[in-house]
Amino acid sequence: METEMGFSRFALFLFTIALLSSPVLSDLVLSKVDRRIYLTSQIVRYTATLRVENEGSELVSEVLLAFPELQAKNLAYLTVSVNEGKGKQKVSTDDLPIEVVSPKNMPPAVSFYSVTLPKGLAPGDSLTLDVMAVFTHALQPFPEKITQADIQLVVFQDSAYYLSPYAVKVQSLSVKLPEARIESYTKLENTKVHGSEIKYGPHEDLPAFSYSPIGIHFESNQPFSNAQEVEREIEISHWGNVQITEHYKLIHGGAQSKGEFSRLDFQARPNVRGASAIRYLVATLPPRAHSVYYRDEIGNISTSHLWSDSKKTELLIEPRYPMFGGWRTAFTIGYGLPLQDFLFQSEGKRFLNITLSSPMVELVIDKLIVKVVLPEGSKDISVSTPFPVKQWQETKISHLDIDGRPVVVLEKTNVVPEHNKYFQVYYKFNKLSMLREPLMLISGFFFLFVACIVYTRADISISKSSASYLAKQQWEEVQAAIQQVESIINRCLATHDKLEASLRDLSRTGDVQACKAARKTADGLLKDLSKELKPLLAFLQSSPSASQILPKVEDLVAKEKELQERVMTKHSTVVDAYERKSAGKDIENRVALQQQKITALKQEVDDLMEYIDEI
Amino acid sequence: MTPPPSFCISPKSSLPQSTQANHLNRNVNWPSMAAPETSTAIAATPTTNGTTLRHAFGNVLSFFILLLIGVLAFSIRLFSVIKYESIIHEFDPYFNYRVTQFLSKNGIYEFWNWFDDRTWYPLGRVIGGTVYPGLTLTAGTIWWLLNSLNIPLSVETVCVFTAPIFSAFASWATYLLTKEVKGPGAGLTAAALLAMVPSYISRSVAGSYDNEAVAIFALIFTFYLYIKTLNTGSLFYATLNALAYFYMVCSWGGYTFIINLIPMHVLLCIVTGRYSPRLYIAYAPLVVLGTVLAALVPVVGFNAVMTSEHFASFLVFIVIHVVAFVYYIKGILSPKMFKMAVTLVVSVGLVVCCAVIAVLVALVASSPTKGWSGRSLSLLDPTYASKYIPIIASVSEHQPPTWPSYFMDINVLAFLVPAGIIACFSPLSDASSFVVLYIVTSVYFSGVMVRLMLVLAPAACILSGIALSQAFDVFTRSIKFQLPSLTMNSEVDGSNPVTVEGQTEVTKTDKSGVTLKERPSRKNKKKEKEQLEKPSVKSKAEKKRLLVLPLEASVIALLLLVLLGGFYVVHCVWAAAEAYSAPSIVLTSHSHDGLHVFDDFREAYAWLSHNTDVDDKVASWWDYGYQTTAMANRTVIVDNNTWNNTHIATVGTAMSSPEKAAWEIFNSLDVKYVLVVFGGLVGYPSDDINKFLWMVRIGGGVFPHIKEPDYLRDGQYRIDSQATPTMLNCLMYKLSYYRFVETDGKAFDRVRRTEIGKKYFKLSHFEEVFTTHHWMVRIYKLKPQKNRIRGKMKKSKSKSKSTSSSKRSGTLKKNPWQ
Repeated sequence: METEMGFSRFALFLFTIALLSSPVLSDLVLSKVDRRIYLTSQIVRYTATLRVENEGSELVSEVLLAFPELQAKNLAYLTVSVNEGKGKQKVSTDDLPIEVVSPKNMPPAVSFYSVTLPKGLAPGDSLTLDVMAVFTHALQPFPEKITQADIQLVVFQDSAYYLSPYAVKVQSLSVKLPEARIESYTKLENTKVHGSEIKYGPHEDLPAFSYSPIGIHFESNQPFSNAQEVEREIEISHWGNVQITEHYKLIHGGAQSKGEFSRLDFQARPNVRGASAIRYLVATLPPRAHSVYYRDEIGNISTSHLWSDSKKTELLIEPRYPMFGGWRTAFTIGYGLPLQDFLFQSEGKRFLNITLSSPMVELVIDKLIVKVVLPEGSKDISVSTPFPVKQWQETKISHLDIDGRPVVVLEKTNVVPEHNKYFQVYYKFNKLSMLREPLMLISGFFFLFVACIVYTRADISISKSSASYLAKQQWEEVQAAIQQVESIINRCLATHDKLEASLRDLSRTGDVQACKAARKTADGLLKDLSKELKPLLAFLQSSPSASQILPKVEDLVAKEKELQERVMTKHSTVVDAYERKSAGKDIENRVALQQQKITALKQEVDDLMEYIDEI
Repeated sequence: MTPPPSFCISPKSSLPQSTQANHLNRNVNWPSMAAPETSTAIAATPTTNGTTLRHAFGNVLSFFILLLIGVLAFSIRLFSVIKYESIIHEFDPYFNYRVTQFLSKNGIYEFWNWFDDRTWYPLGRVIGGTVYPGLTLTAGTIWWLLNSLNIPLSVETVCVFTAPIFSAFASWATYLLTKEVKGPGAGLTAAALLAMVPSYISRSVAGSYDNEAVAIFALIFTFYLYIKTLNTGSLFYATLNALAYFYMVCSWGGYTFIINLIPMHVLLCIVTGRYSPRLYIAYAPLVVLGTVLAALVPVVGFNAVMTSEHFASFLVFIVIHVVAFVYYIKGILSPKMFKMAVTLVVSVGLVVCCAVIAVLVALVASSPTKGWSGRSLSLLDPTYASKYIPIIASVSEHQPPTWPSYFMDINVLAFLVPAGIIACFSPLSDASSFVVLYIVTSVYFSGVMVRLMLVLAPAACILSGIALSQAFDVFTRSIKFQLPSLTMNSEVDGSNPVTVEGQTEVTKTDKSGVTLKERPSRKNKKKEKEQLEKPSVKSKAEKKRLLVLPLEASVIALLLLVLLGGFYVVHCVWAAAEAYSAPSIVLTSHSHDGLHVFDDFREAYAWLSHNTDVDDKVASWWDYGYQTTAMANRTVIVDNNTWNNTHIATVGTAMSSPEKAAWEIFNSLDVKYVLVVFGGLVGYPSDDINKFLWMVRIGGGVFPHIKEPDYLRDGQYRIDSQATPTMLNCLMYKLSYYRFVETDGKAFDRVRRTEIGKKYFKLSHFEEVFTTHHWMVRIYKLKPQKNRIRGKMKKSKSKSKSTSSSKRSGTLKKNPWQ
């Protein structure tokens, strides 16, 4: 009861238009008008079939459509087409061009749209026009604030008569509501209600600018998902991908929620407690969409589902929390599309052919910004859109760009799903530019390595005559010499080992001759080696920086000499013994002492070598 | 995904130390060993060329192994990104992330001057002066660098991957440090161990954007530079050391560990008679430069010279100067004069020292905490925190660890460490004594606080690396020592000598490849010098012989070691994948019908950020402060910084008060929303009810009318029908269980495993505004004050008068904000 009273009071404030008897604009007469208004979702869709007759004597080339300013403000989309089919089959024709006009001598608070007819209407002729209009924010929640348990009621206002600058002979209006529950509606003389449909009319012979306000107050639990701003970025990569990123700022545009939100109630009876909440959104993505993600600024949102078939990819996303009236959220979805599905070539130019608006189903967008990021180096950019939009260009600097990528920005306010049409961006692009960034990387690494090579090879000490530098150089030379000495000593030791081996062979085979031969070669080798050693030792003696290590080296050489002698004597004693065919034990006894000394010497040599190694 | 690293180490670590094997062969068993040596003569001519080539080859090999270790360290930490998502984890990282965002948006100067009014309302917090800026500056620099190269990574991405990158750096720093101590073989082993030690992984998985992530690298690197300076005596490294110390001071409060450990080591060296000019160069510049640099960090400031944590370094600084002076004097005076001088100086010096120490003690004693910060005190006296500062004791990571946590966090390293310590003693050098000191102190600290297990981990890795590498060395040497005799036998039997040649060639490669790289410590050399003076060749040879084990034993031991390493790898991968990768703000559970995701925290924060006013204040327990400011961008009363105990106590008091008192406290703090975390519906154990006793304790510590016994029934904390009325009427209980009974009709709490005590009640001063899907976060709004109705006004006035008068007398301090 209370709401009804409120509504009738509200009706008093209804926007009324003075029924001025203004002069008839032209001689057109609308012989029949059928209007249907669909209030099944938050987006109000309106179709009208106008039978236009030219009763004058001149050719008429344009028809005026009138909307009350209140509605015109919410008008998001308007198309008019000529219906040429006589029967049921509607022949689709191109949309007629429409422009906003403000003719003189017209009543205020009415907006006019002029439709240009393709051929013009000859006197006496008639023609049928199909008008399709989409309004956003046309449903006012009433009451404006509800609790979680309340159902959402909305008010829709229009005129029972078709507002037109022309006289209308016969007209009717039918309003389709989402559910059967109607709180109240304006009753005129012939108003009928069939289930969830309200019919006004038919009314006959009404003059121009007839207006009779009606209001319908009904239940609508459809979610009022309303994006305040959508930013859509389409980035083309000629490596084979079109990446789309969409940022949404969403608000539930229905009746504001007040009081408590109880999760318990919502979970227990979601359809009663929270009937009007936005629980999910559905997006219809193009087929073969891949790498779909859904996140917001604090990370991934895990409540989403994805189905795909050959015709489309369907993405169902749930916001982080069920959205009640007035609640907001923000999120981002992104996906990749195969390039060849959307990028084509014609007349030496490439063009992108892709839908303009968001893929969300039944979403009202207050402000849509579409950014098309073209590859770096694109030229001659032009855009063709199915309806006028604001556009400009920017540059975006992305991965390894030098002068940035050209960005075409399109802006459109008040966008409905009907706007989701294809648009084209034409540009010229040289394929070779694709290689720019890989080449840059390659050359970058190349120069890095070259720099490394140069750094390690080049001598970059500041003063080449400084004492420390010279000392360092000398020290390096000394080190090299010492290394050589070491290698010679090593070879000497190896020769000793060879001699030992020959002795062992002797003990096994008793071949004295072979042993002697080994001795001979060893002698030769050792002589050579000691010759080699001499200049190195001389160098070390002369070098001042080697003074520290020199005694050790000399010690080493001396010890090695001693060792050499011992080994030789041992060798000769053993060979002698063999020649004299003395017993094995005897030989061992004789050699034992020498052997001990040799071992000790070897140990010393080794220790010395180790010590020198460490320096 | 990750290559099993122990397998790439084992051949490597056996490389360097095998050198002695060949020497040994030549020395000891001449008759049997002769055969392989024959071939060396053949290969003798290209030796000089060959060594450099092999040297280069060894370098390249270890370079690639290090590279792989870096990749391993990085990639083992990516489990969290793969299993969950690229997201900042836990609590503190959210604060760091927020600071980094601010830094990248506003620049460095704004950052230093940043006064944050969105936290600690109404006090605010000076972020620039109270935060360790190392981490944020590091990530900010990386971000800036990438962006100036036109690589547009988000700040979040950079923050998420900072920790894994720095773990790679840390493992390289470990290589350097261990190389200084025990050679490159041990270095590589230690680096590989550190790359995947679970204790460190727990703090440095991708997304764990916390100070420790870069601090551990800084810690190890500082130690490396200290050891490097100690080994070389180079002033260049000493300066670098001070800079590394500066970076450490920037990064983490744990820098006090460095500034105490190094003086301890210096003192140890002096006491054991190892003073050398190198020690002086390693220490004195560090103290002077390091302290000056540390004082540049706003959060440290004058603390660098005024708090007791730093006194040890100054004391040792004085000591080392005295010692240096004594050594100098000793050098220029004759022994007799020196003795006289010593007696003179000691008598005078004692008097002066006593005076100075008396002044110092008086100064220190005059401060209530004896000049120590609470955290340091709780380290020195493990019972300190639980006695005096419940807020430190309430943090789970400040609890002492349990035994299993050692096994969990360092795994087999715990068994290898003793072996490593033994290896460090043979021979004991300056560097190895440092490592031993490091492990001993860090074992103590880790025993006090779980969190400091992190400091233990690098030490454990270094020592285990040394142990493993030495063990591999011994075993492979024994095998190599005995293998040729086997092949010799086969040769005698008549096989061709080519194989022998090939084989010796291999041993030779092994030998000289890394000989040059090895840098035994000075002490070692000293020893050898002594030995040269009075050659005790036999004993040395015997010693070497002792190190040779039977072939079978060493093969089996080698296999067992590899098995141990394999077990370690498996454990580490498991720990990285299962135990330490959860971001803790997204929880998952596996059930029979698949994976369940609990994303309630973000749900609540997103709700707050989108559906409340920008300047609304949200009260919650301090755990959720950082997350609320970072994710919901709302002002909070207290957060994880816990710098103001009274403020936290106020919130604790409010949570443990009855509804009306709590409403008054919150209202006086301008709070509009109260957020509680409740796990009872889904069984999430770390919820506010489980933390509630700490709120009572902390609140009661400041406001004595909150008494812990009031909330306990016979010393037991319970929320069932046996619970005390105080408990059942406190705000936390009510906010947690509001309408909980209607979920299942019985109000069965799945965390406490009991039915709750008071099931049906209404809230009079709060209203539920949001509860997340799994009820894990519940947000309440303070109801506005009711309009007074004329009839009731008189009544309530008289009532309030009487109550307020009685209240005023008893509990003046009930609400500090009135």
